[in-house]
Amino acid sequence: MTQALHTPPRTAGAPPGTDLAALAARHGLSVSGARPTLPQYVRQLWARRHFITAFSTAKLTAQYSQAKLGQVWQVLTPLLNAAVYYLIFGKLMGTSRGVPDFVPFLVTGVFVWTFTQSSIMAGTRAISGHLGLVRALHFPRAALPISFCLQQLQQLLFSMAALVVILLCFGVPVAASWLLALPALVLQFAFNAGVSLVVARMGARTPDIAQLMPFLLRTWMYASGVMFSISHIMSRHTDAPSWLTSVLQANPAAVYIDLMRFALIDSFQGSQLPPHVWALAAGWALLAGAGGFIYFWKAEETYGRG
Amino acid sequence: MAEHTEKVPTVVADGVDIVYRVNGTGAGRGSATAALNRILRRGKAEKAAGVRTVHAVRNVSFVAYRGEAIGLIGTNGSGKSTLLKAVAGLLPVERGRIFTDGQPSLLGVNAALMNDLTGERNVHLGGLAMGMSREQVKERYQEIVDFSGINEKGDFITLPMRTYSSGMAARLRFSIAAAKDHDVLLIDEALATGDRSFQKRSEARIRELRKRAGTVFLVSHNNKSIRDTCERVLWLERGELRMDGPTDEVLKEYEAFTGDKASKPKPKPRTAAPVPS
Repeated sequence: MTQALHTPPRTAGAPPGTDLAALAARHGLSVSGARPTLPQYVRQLWARRHFITAFSTAKLTAQYSQAKLGQVWQVLTPLLNAAVYYLIFGKLMGTSRGVPDFVPFLVTGVFVWTFTQSSIMAGTRAISGHLGLVRALHFPRAALPISFCLQQLQQLLFSMAALVVILLCFGVPVAASWLLALPALVLQFAFNAGVSLVVARMGARTPDIAQLMPFLLRTWMYASGVMFSISHIMSRHTDAPSWLTSVLQANPAAVYIDLMRFALIDSFQGSQLPPHVWALAAGWALLAGAGGFIYFWKAEETYGRG
Repeated sequence: MAEHTEKVPTVVADGVDIVYRVNGTGAGRGSATAALNRILRRGKAEKAAGVRTVHAVRNVSFVAYRGEAIGLIGTNGSGKSTLLKAVAGLLPVERGRIFTDGQPSLLGVNAALMNDLTGERNVHLGGLAMGMSREQVKERYQEIVDFSGINEKGDFITLPMRTYSSGMAARLRFSIAAAKDHDVLLIDEALATGDRSFQKRSEARIRELRKRAGTVFLVSHNNKSIRDTCERVLWLERGELRMDGPTDEVLKEYEAFTGDKASKPKPKPRTAAPVPS
């Protein structure tokens, strides 16, 4: 039937725009590449959930597929990281003084921090580093940063398996409180995804963010008590104002790290946590998650311009 | 414009301009200061600050109707693929608007595939990336593998894609992309992949897709495949729509244009006056 249709020759050079727009409107055509409403966007994203998970798993698997040791690196990389920090902060600088179970304390901190750090780093390049994909296929763009956060979450689960072995080796008892790690992880994932979405939009417009981000992240890491205890350090500096400790402990990275330590390590007492810690953790997750999602969606139709 | 009820438009392009912006092509003098300039005076002095704009498509308007197969021709870099991507809603337009019936899809999944993964996993990933459900992918899996012919010479589908020859990889990519049905189908030079027997199979598949699709756009440098598939042709040159008409007429002009370009000065374009960039 298509073959039979003969199209009369039309000269190029458009008739004035209003006619065409009216023609399109009369036949109910929609503007291509227009931004969907927020509920539509959420529905589209949900419809692509299998792509999001498949893409993150594929990325994770592809990462070490050329290495001789293959997937062993999933566990080896975080362990080597922890070993380096132990050497420097535990042995050389002596931040371990006064911290019981220093090795589990340190390793938990490093792993949980790495989750946030790599999620945000991946977020900065989520759009700008995958323009080919964005320009070739149609899908809600938020799928990319979320997928990369999911990849980091899977990575963290590998690390957690290694962490359990370390905990048992250092004589930390198995306890019911380990279950608290789950809600803490869920909240941290929501927070990471939100921040990734924010930096993904910024990175899509200004790729330079990716150059700047490592410095911001390193500053943030040293302020978050990854390899030392904030309360121990602050108690040594008696001249520092007390609100400074509260501010340091309320920063989201510190909150999620301390929650995980509280969940896993029996010598890490609830008294070392800032007040209303779960409310803080949930608040940060909600603020970053919802805010980041809306901020990212606002520029949905512009991704891919380059 | 006389519009009749039997002709239903599926794609309407209304004075479309598409502009690429390229950072860091600094005009030679101190690109670091140029970069600072760019940040401080964003938007105002883009040219002075080393952002080059590439005006890829200029003031293109056309109406495509249901049941049409339309070829896009033009020399390299004339904006064919760019226009196709804008129709698919993948590239934002600078000016003008593109209206479509439903969601046009570009035939191509290359970017979603990963060379380090096996062909098997890439079939799943590519299918999901195109918006198929898990069940649809499972259902079509065997069909895709058989169509690609990857397993004709042994069990290659379980090997990573980086071990494939370029022809094999291209065949698998096409097979994945062609597995989905589309309303408005955009094909970007997909017909030239693989050996002769695969080309025949893929041409048949394209015809099949066309039967189910409302409208097909085909970008190709192969005038024969344009003749075989399309009854209408848009000719783009330097981003401007030079001709729009029945295949034979346009191809004749185009072949004359490309045949002895050096001896003949560029004929006067039939389009409206070019828009200053």
